[in-house]
Parts: sequence; C-alpha cells; structure tokens
Amino acid sequence: MTEARQLRVAIAADRCQGHNRCCLVAPELFEADDEGNARVRGDGSVPAGLEAKAKRAVANCPEHAVRLTGA
Amino acid sequence: MQTRPPVTDWATDFDHFDPQWTANPYPIWADLRQRCPVATSQRFEDGGYLPTRYDDVREIAYDAEHFSSRRVIVREHKLPLGASTAPPITSDPPEHTAARKVLLPAFAPKEIARLEDKTRAVCRSLLDAMGDRAEVDGAVDYAQHIPVRVIAHMLGVPEEDGDLFRSWIQRVLVDGVRNPQIVPPTVAEMTAYFDQRIDERSAQPGEDLVSFLLAARVDGAPLSREHVLGSLRLILIAGIDTTWSGIGASLWHLATHPQDRARLVAAPGLMQTAIEEFLRAYSPVTMAREVVKERDVGGCPFKPGGQILLSFPAANRDPAVFEAPDEFRIDREVNPHAAFGLGRHRCIGSNLARMEMTIAIQEWLARFPDFTETPGRTTTWSEGTVRGPRRMPITILRRA
Repeated sequence: MTEARQLRVAIAADRCQGHNRCCLVAPELFEADDEGNARVRGDGSVPAGLEAKAKRAVANCPEHAVRLTGA
Repeated sequence: MQTRPPVTDWATDFDHFDPQWTANPYPIWADLRQRCPVATSQRFEDGGYLPTRYDDVREIAYDAEHFSSRRVIVREHKLPLGASTAPPITSDPPEHTAARKVLLPAFAPKEIARLEDKTRAVCRSLLDAMGDRAEVDGAVDYAQHIPVRVIAHMLGVPEEDGDLFRSWIQRVLVDGVRNPQIVPPTVAEMTAYFDQRIDERSAQPGEDLVSFLLAARVDGAPLSREHVLGSLRLILIAGIDTTWSGIGASLWHLATHPQDRARLVAAPGLMQTAIEEFLRAYSPVTMAREVVKERDVGGCPFKPGGQILLSFPAANRDPAVFEAPDEFRIDREVNPHAAFGLGRHRCIGSNLARMEMTIAIQEWLARFPDFTETPGRTTTWSEGTVRGPRRMPITILRRA
C-alpha cells in the first residue's frame, strides 16, 4: 500500500515579481516579504484540504513562479 | 480635437487614438491576433509595433536586452532621451534593479494595508457628497478622486492639489502624445512642485513617501535629487489615472451587467475573483518599449528605434491563455492576467491599486446595491495609453 506523497509548494525566487496572487489565493500557504515578493509559509507542505488552493496559486501566477511537487 | 486620418488597415496602420479603438478595442485585437499577430504603424516615429498575443507580449517584457524601457509611452515624435526619466519605470538593468528595490518596501502588502482605513474614508465622503441625487457620474463624482486623494495622503500633500495632478497627467499622457511641446513645461512644473516638497521634508521629515525617498540608501548612499524627483513624478503619474480607470471600468461593468451586480451584492466572497476579472477584462494600462537591438518575436522582425505598444490589455484577451476571453466570468478560477505587467517591471503599485479597487467597489455597493448606466446617455472612454471611463452617467436604482 502506498501512502499519498506529501504535496509541497515552492516559490522560484528568480521568477517571482511580487504580483501577490498566490498570497491572495492561498494565504494559508504563502506570504509576502518586506519587499512584497512571495515566500512559502513554513516548509511549504500543503495540509490536507488545501490542495485545490495550492493548485489555484500555481495556475494564477503570471510569472510561473509557483511550483507544486509531490502531486 | 484635431482630426486624424482614419485607419484603413489595422494590421499596417494601427492607431490607438482612433475613435474606433477608443470606443471598443477588443474586436480589433481579436482580428489582429488571428491574422498578424503583430501589427505595425508608420504613424509613430521610427515605426510602431503592436503585439496582440500573450506569449509575444511576455517575450518582449522579459527581454530588456532588445527591448528597452527608456521610452515607456509610444509617441508620434519621440522625446529626447532623459526628457522625463522616472526611475525605475524608465530604467533597464542593471540600474533598474537598485532603483526598484529601494521603492518596493513602501508598496508591499503590509504597508498598503495601512492605507485601507483612509481609502474607505475617502470613498465614503465621496458617496456622502452625492447626497440623494438619483443621477451621478461614476467617473467624475467618484472614481477619479479616489487615487488622487490616496496618493496625496501618501505624499503628505493637500488633497486640493489633486486638480493640479490630474491636469499634469492629461498633458503628459494624452495631449502630449500628439503635441510633444507641452510635455517639457509640464515636467518642469511637476519638478518645481516636488522640489519644494523635497526642501520641506529635508528640513522636517515626516511619514510620507517624499521623506521615505530622502531617507532611502543604495549601497549606503542617498538617492540623487534628480532620482528622487523622477521617482516622485513616476508615483504621481502612474498611480492616478490608472487606478481611477480600473475603478471606473469595474463600476461600468456592474452598471451594465445586472446579473453580475446582483451576484456580487448577494455573495461578497466573490470580490476577490471579481477584482482580478475586472483587471483582466478591462486592463487599463498599456506600456511601451523601444527596440534597441533587432529581434524577431511572433514571426515579426522588430527594427531598432521602433516603438512597441506593449498591450497587456490585448494579452489578457488571448484565447490561448484565457478560456472564453471576451466573457466576463466573475468567478474565473484560472486568471494569470498581466494587467500589472510581466517581468521585472511589474507595476510597483499593484497592491495599492487592488486595495483601492476593492474598497471602492465594496463601499459603492454598500451604499448603492442597485444602479444602472443612465439610459440614453453614453459613457465616454479615455484615449490612448490608459483606458477607462471619463464620463459615466449612472442612475441609482436602490439605496442601502
């Protein structure tokens, strides 16, 4: 029996331009730093129930800076 | 208004001041996207280019080596370089990086959140001033004042200076595109205004943006006076008619789409996707780049010297990226719009604009849950590089 792999979000800092879309879509997973660029909260693990929000954050980033792994 | 020769072929003779474009640019872009997709025009010095696909707009926005930001407004006659520098919007790397970094903290979400109460108070006082009139103008009585007053507050200057700010913007962004001789004296007027503010704040610093810029350090050194003046001109010019257009276009949509109006009133939780959809469908801001090195994009050769009309609004209607792009979907879930640009020049005021739009619409709906575009009267839209309603007759149908 295989356990579902842990979903994780990450921000590619070299791509993020501070549109702030991920922070608005999924404030549980992302926050803005002092310059307004995004960073993940904690280690980026996506708690159960927030999978859809994580996917929306990926889909709404105009710079393709949000990554989702373990899906 | 001077008459312009009408456009005969949008693919080879585009003109973003043509009345057809001003009235409804979306079908023009849809047509060009299919058959060009990069339109050209000899109406603008050294040639104009208009990419219409999202991917092409992105390529250009990402490529500062070939496409410079040193001229950010497409003009019939180019201004001399340096005539109106406004770092960082007119900067390229490497200067751009530091000039932007210094401004970013003042516009980060947590700083902008501190302006929410003030913005709400501004909106309420404008709504109060409408009294019990059945007919109001959503642009003249409401939208146009909100960003002006918020920016005045941020700069620590009197709200009454807003009329002056709006006249500068009209001259630089609209009248000046066709009559370039009015730009330098306008820039000189703005410089004189901010020179005084700089002297005042140097003597007595406050909590405002002028003081913030004076206190800023890059590698330990203060910004030059010219740099501070340029950034202040930028904040003023870029922060006002853009957001006023965003608020106005959102209200216009709600005034003309009763179902969306009712839905948003019934389900305020839709506000977040609604705001992003207003931004996508009615993106106010078109930027420009100047070709500095030849390159092909979208199968079209871009020649050095050429002026690119970088239409984020057109990119945001590209069916390759957005499902049913000409449909307004208040709950659109996938919406990576480029209303605030793409790449390193992402609008630094985007958090401010979004906050002002959200509060402006919330407060309007709280006061006027039902309203409509006044029958028989027409909304007029701005010309050129920033698109939004300038006169918008609205009839109030129900008050809260």
